[in-house]
Amino acid sequence: MDLLTIVQILESTLRLATPLLFACLAGIVTERAGIFDIGLEGKLLISAFFSAAFAYYSGSAWVGLLVGILASVVFSILHGLASITFRGNQLISGVAINFLASGTTVVIAQSWFGQGGRTPSLTGDMRFGRLDIPGVSALADVPVLGNIAQIFTGHSILVYLGLLFVPLTWYLLYRTRFGLRLRAVGENPAAVDTAGVSVVRMRYAAVIIAGVLCGIGGAYLSTSLAAGFVREMSAGRGYIALAAMIFAKWRPWQGLGAVLLFGMLEAIANRFPNLDLGIITIPNQFMTALPYILTVIILAGFIGKAIPPRAGGEPYVKER
Amino acid sequence: MSGSQTMPRWADVLLVPLLSLLLAFLISAAVILAIGEDPWEAVKLMVSGSLGSTYGWGYTLYYATNFLFTGLAFAVAFHAAMFNIGAEGQATMGGLGVALISLMIPWPHWTIALLGAMVGGALFGAAWAFIPAWLQAKRGSHIVITTIMFNFIAASVMTYMLSHVLRPATSMDPATPRFPAATNLPTMSEILAPLGISFSRSAPLNITFFIAIIATVGVWVLIWRTRLGYEIRAFGKSGPAAVYAGISPVKITVIAMLISGGLSGLMAINNVMGEAERLVLNSVEGAGFIGIAVALMGRNHPAGIAVAAVLFGFLYQGGAELALWTSIPREMIVVIQALVILFTGALDNMVRVPVEMLFRSLRRRS
Repeated sequence: MDLLTIVQILESTLRLATPLLFACLAGIVTERAGIFDIGLEGKLLISAFFSAAFAYYSGSAWVGLLVGILASVVFSILHGLASITFRGNQLISGVAINFLASGTTVVIAQSWFGQGGRTPSLTGDMRFGRLDIPGVSALADVPVLGNIAQIFTGHSILVYLGLLFVPLTWYLLYRTRFGLRLRAVGENPAAVDTAGVSVVRMRYAAVIIAGVLCGIGGAYLSTSLAAGFVREMSAGRGYIALAAMIFAKWRPWQGLGAVLLFGMLEAIANRFPNLDLGIITIPNQFMTALPYILTVIILAGFIGKAIPPRAGGEPYVKER
Repeated sequence: MSGSQTMPRWADVLLVPLLSLLLAFLISAAVILAIGEDPWEAVKLMVSGSLGSTYGWGYTLYYATNFLFTGLAFAVAFHAAMFNIGAEGQATMGGLGVALISLMIPWPHWTIALLGAMVGGALFGAAWAFIPAWLQAKRGSHIVITTIMFNFIAASVMTYMLSHVLRPATSMDPATPRFPAATNLPTMSEILAPLGISFSRSAPLNITFFIAIIATVGVWVLIWRTRLGYEIRAFGKSGPAAVYAGISPVKITVIAMLISGGLSGLMAINNVMGEAERLVLNSVEGAGFIGIAVALMGRNHPAGIAVAAVLFGFLYQGGAELALWTSIPREMIVVIQALVILFTGALDNMVRVPVEMLFRSLRRRS
C-alpha cells in the first residue's frame, strides 16, 4: 500500500464519516435527554430527499439544506409527540419514523419527478462545492506534508461544519446550564422537575436539536456525497451512527473517534472489495459487518461497559 | 396499556385499534389524493386484486403466512417485556438453515424434508436470537440495539454465504441452486385439487399456511395455558416480582427469545422452501419488520395477530396490484405500514385517552 492509497483512504474516511457524525451527535443529544432515537436513519433519509428536491427546484444547495432540516425537524417533532406528549413507546415510534421516511421519499419522488423514486442529478450550485483551505495548494509539492494536507482540504463545507459541531456539542452538553439540565433530564427527570425546570420542554429541545443535526447529515448525503437522491440512500447509516453513539458511550469527542473508525472501515471496504492480508483474504462483507460486531462486543461489556443514560426510554409522568 | 377499568373490554380490544387503523388509512388516503390519484379507486383495485380471485387470495394468504410467523415471534418476546426487532435477521438465518437442510440431505419425500427444514429453520433462527438474549440476560446489553446489529450482521453473512459458498460455480447470480424436487412443498392448488376445488396454480400459497395456523394456536396455548407462558407473562409484567416468585430472569429471557427466534426462522419454510425453492439475497423482504406492526395491531394476542397478518397480506398484495395498474408506487404500502405502526403503537394514547374520557363521562351520566 503506497502513500497515495493511504491518503485517498483517509480522505474518503473523512467524507464517509460526516453523515455518521451528524447522526451520531443527534443521537447523543436525544439519548442524553432520555429519549431513545432509533429514527436517526429515517431523519437522514427524509432530509436527503427534501434537500435534493429543493436544491434542484431552487438551484441552490443552501435552500435544499434548509428544507431538508425542516423535514427532519418535522419528523423529530412527530417522535417528540409520540414519546413525550403521548408517552408512547419510543422504540416503536422510531421504527415507524424509519418506515415513514423509507416509504414517503419514494412515493413523493415518484410523484414529483417520475424517475423511479430518485431526483434528477444535481449539478453546479445545486450541490455543495469543494472548499479549499487557503494556503494548502502551496504545500502540494512538499512530499509528505503535502499529502497529509490533501486529506483535509477540498471537502464540502458540511464536512468542516460537522467537525465544528463536535466541540459545540461538547460545550453545549458540559459547559452550559442548558446542557446540565439536559443531561439531568436523561438521568433523573423527577429531580429536574422538582427544581422547576420543564422536563417536557427540555426533551422537546433535545429532539429538535437532533432533528436539525440529522437534517444537515441527510442534506450532506444527497447534495455533497452524492449528486441527487436515490431510494434508501441512507443505507443503514442511521443505525451505524447509533452504533457509534454506543461505542462512544454517549460522548461527543469519542463519537468523532467512533465515526472516523467506522468511516474508515467503509472506505477500506470500498477501496479493497477483498482485503488480501497475505495469509488470509478478508471478504468485503466482513468489513461491512465490523461496525455492528464491534458494537455488540462493546455492548456486551467485554471492552469497557457502555452504560446508557438512566432514564432512557422512560416517558416522564409528572407527579400530582 | 391498561385502562380496562375505565372502559369496557370491547373498546380496549376492538374500538381503539380500529380507530387508530382508521386514522392511518385516512392519512394514507390523503397521501394518495396528494399524488394525484383517486383513493376510492385505489381501494377498489386493492380489494379486487387481493381478494377478488383465488390468485389474489393465494398471494394475500402467502404474505399473511410470513407475517403470522414474524408477528407471533415479536409477540412472544414482547410478553417477556423484550422488544425483538431482530426477526428480519432471524428469518434470514432461518432461510440459511432451511437451504442447507434442503440441499445437503437427499430427502426421499417432501413430508420428512418439511420436518427437517422446520427443525433447521427454527434452529438457525433461534441460534441467531440466542446471542442477543444471552447478552441481555447476563450482561445487560439492550436487546433492541443488539438485535438491530444482528440484522445487519445476518445480511452480511447471507451475502457472503451466497456469493462465496453456496453459489454454484457456473452461476453469477448470488443464490443457491434450486432445491431438489423431492423437497418442493405442495401448493394450495395441489392440496385442494383432490377435493375438487380449483385454486390458482401460480399463487405461492402452500402447505406452510397450515403450519402457521398450528403455530398460532400453539403460541396461544404456550402463553395462556402453560406454566412457562405464565412465567413469561409474569416476568414481562414485573421483573422484580417474578424474581421474588422464584422465576429465573436469565432462563425466561433466553427461552422467550429462543422461541421468538425459532418462530422467525420457521418463516423460511414458506418463502424459501415453499415459494422460491432456492435461497436468494434479501429473501425475507422486510417481513421481519412487518411482524412488529402485525403484533402491535393484534395487541400481541394470537387471534389479533392472525387478523392483522391477513390485513397486512391484503395490503401487500393490494399494494402490488396498485403499482401494476396505477402510478402509485409499491412503496405506498410502506407508508401505510409506517402509519399503522405509528398510530396503533407509538401514538396509542392519542386515541386511547379521549376514548377513555368519553366512556368515563358516559358512565358518570348514567
